[in-house]
Amino acid sequence: MTLPPKATERAEAERLLALFLDHGAERVEPDLLLPADTLLDLYGEDIRARAFVTPGPDGGEAMLRPDFTVPVVQWHMARRGDPARYAYAGSIFRRQPDPSRPHEYLQAGFELFGHDAAEADAEVFDLIHAQVAHLRPRIVTGDTGILTAAVMGLETTADRRNALLRHIWRPLRFRALLDRFSGKTPVAPARADLLAAADPFAEAGPEIGLRSRTEVETRLAALRADAAAPPLAARDVALIDDILSLSAPSDAALERLRDIAVDLPAITPATDGLARRLDALDARGIAPARLRFEGSHGRSTMEYYDGFVFTLSLPDRPDLPPVATGGRYDALTRALGGGDGMRAVGGVIRPGVILEGTA
Amino acid sequence: MIKLGVPSKGRLMEKTFQWFAERGITMEKVEDREYAGRVSGIDGVEMVLLSAGEIPRELAAGRIHLGVTGSDLVREKLAGWDSRVEELARMGFGHADLVIAVPNFWVDVETLDDLDAAAAAFRRRHGHRLRIATKYHRLMREYLRGHGVADYQLVDSQGATEGTVRNETAEAIADITSTGETLRANHLKTLSDGPVHASQATLFRAVDAPWDDAAQATLADLRGRLGV
Repeated sequence: MTLPPKATERAEAERLLALFLDHGAERVEPDLLLPADTLLDLYGEDIRARAFVTPGPDGGEAMLRPDFTVPVVQWHMARRGDPARYAYAGSIFRRQPDPSRPHEYLQAGFELFGHDAAEADAEVFDLIHAQVAHLRPRIVTGDTGILTAAVMGLETTADRRNALLRHIWRPLRFRALLDRFSGKTPVAPARADLLAAADPFAEAGPEIGLRSRTEVETRLAALRADAAAPPLAARDVALIDDILSLSAPSDAALERLRDIAVDLPAITPATDGLARRLDALDARGIAPARLRFEGSHGRSTMEYYDGFVFTLSLPDRPDLPPVATGGRYDALTRALGGGDGMRAVGGVIRPGVILEGTA
Repeated sequence: MIKLGVPSKGRLMEKTFQWFAERGITMEKVEDREYAGRVSGIDGVEMVLLSAGEIPRELAAGRIHLGVTGSDLVREKLAGWDSRVEELARMGFGHADLVIAVPNFWVDVETLDDLDAAAAAFRRRHGHRLRIATKYHRLMREYLRGHGVADYQLVDSQGATEGTVRNETAEAIADITSTGETLRANHLKTLSDGPVHASQATLFRAVDAPWDDAAQATLADLRGRLGV
């Protein structure tokens, strides 16, 4: 497999950038070398396996730009920007499990802050899709907001809902939590003994380290409260499973979600949002029946998407990464805006994949 | 001629020599040349004495064809280790488990599930992620990601790792332990999920070494004699 020459890839990225600028975007150019703290706080240690981390000039750590979204959001939130459209083209650096894939490659992207969510989602998708439509990409979409709404609507303790929400993006742990909260995983005998013990610290030894005895006691109290709470209803777990396993054209998926919403009304606002997005897309000539919807899509990427997500891949090239991806990341603007957030959605194209796919 | 990398000192070297001797292949250090050795009982094999910690890198670079080292070192030092080396034989010695240990008085933490929940609460309270001191960064990161644990950070500790909790430079540790005695002495306990990795001395084949016809023939001969 030969990769396209850098100059050709660069020219393709510049061409896409020019189209985004014509669309009314302002050009942004984030640093290549970013402070690592923000990205580590957002993504945790996992990002070390994906990004190039290096000692920084100030004694801390720095990271070669692993994506554009985070620095663009930081820049926008710092200047308390009004609704805005941004575009960029440049290198990003990712460690690849497959050493034959490039560790440095170009992305051209478009980000939209503010505006009506459904309209903005449709605008970004339409703009990104139009640049690669000639490749007849396979389209998969999803909406993490529906799963989030379903979890928030569960009739159970706030602690359980928060634990599940924290792991929306980690499917394995999410499942382990569901199994425990629904009683499918029984309570270990040692744990039952501990919670029943008159003095749980009887053989605990000295208090060492920064995590205090008070913190241990606080968690023991939470564990006792959890043990006393009734298990999640099997019906509710089944509804979550229905959402997660959903895979259908978007119009059919919407009907199915509306059925689910009869039993789980908490997802109604999110399904209404999906309906408005599909209308907005339809108005732009993108028929919902062409957009596959998957209930789990967007959960295992580390991209912080919390609403609409989409992935466009070349159908005959399963060996290549997606040619374009994107989604809504309102929560990221809150995390980076010191609690103040705003609506934001964006998408990126990989010019190198376009060239490989058309070679 | 195929090159076989062997740990250059200590029990790991002695046990390796013994393991090959039990299979009819004698190895010995050459007295006047510190890092060379002699192999008898088979033709076409040259022994190279190396530090056990360097053997993974030499295997990955294809500078040696075969190498004996701890399975923990190969997994820690080589990204995508299983595409760069092949395990020919687990040799049954040099056992050491990489374990996660937390203070004994954390009575609420028995499993990874507990550690994850404790890490979330710790971060909310202290404003930084729960620190795990270790020198096994890759092994730990892959293990914790595989198990969906969040809100932790790995801090580097190249020695006296058990002391980091008492010194408040880490909240938990991950280290190699063969007995558990040191952990108990430092008021630490291991999680009940089992070790992160159960390491032992292993004979590896380098995928990228120059495997010409002669080298392949020698390898086939060697594997026949070793029964691997």
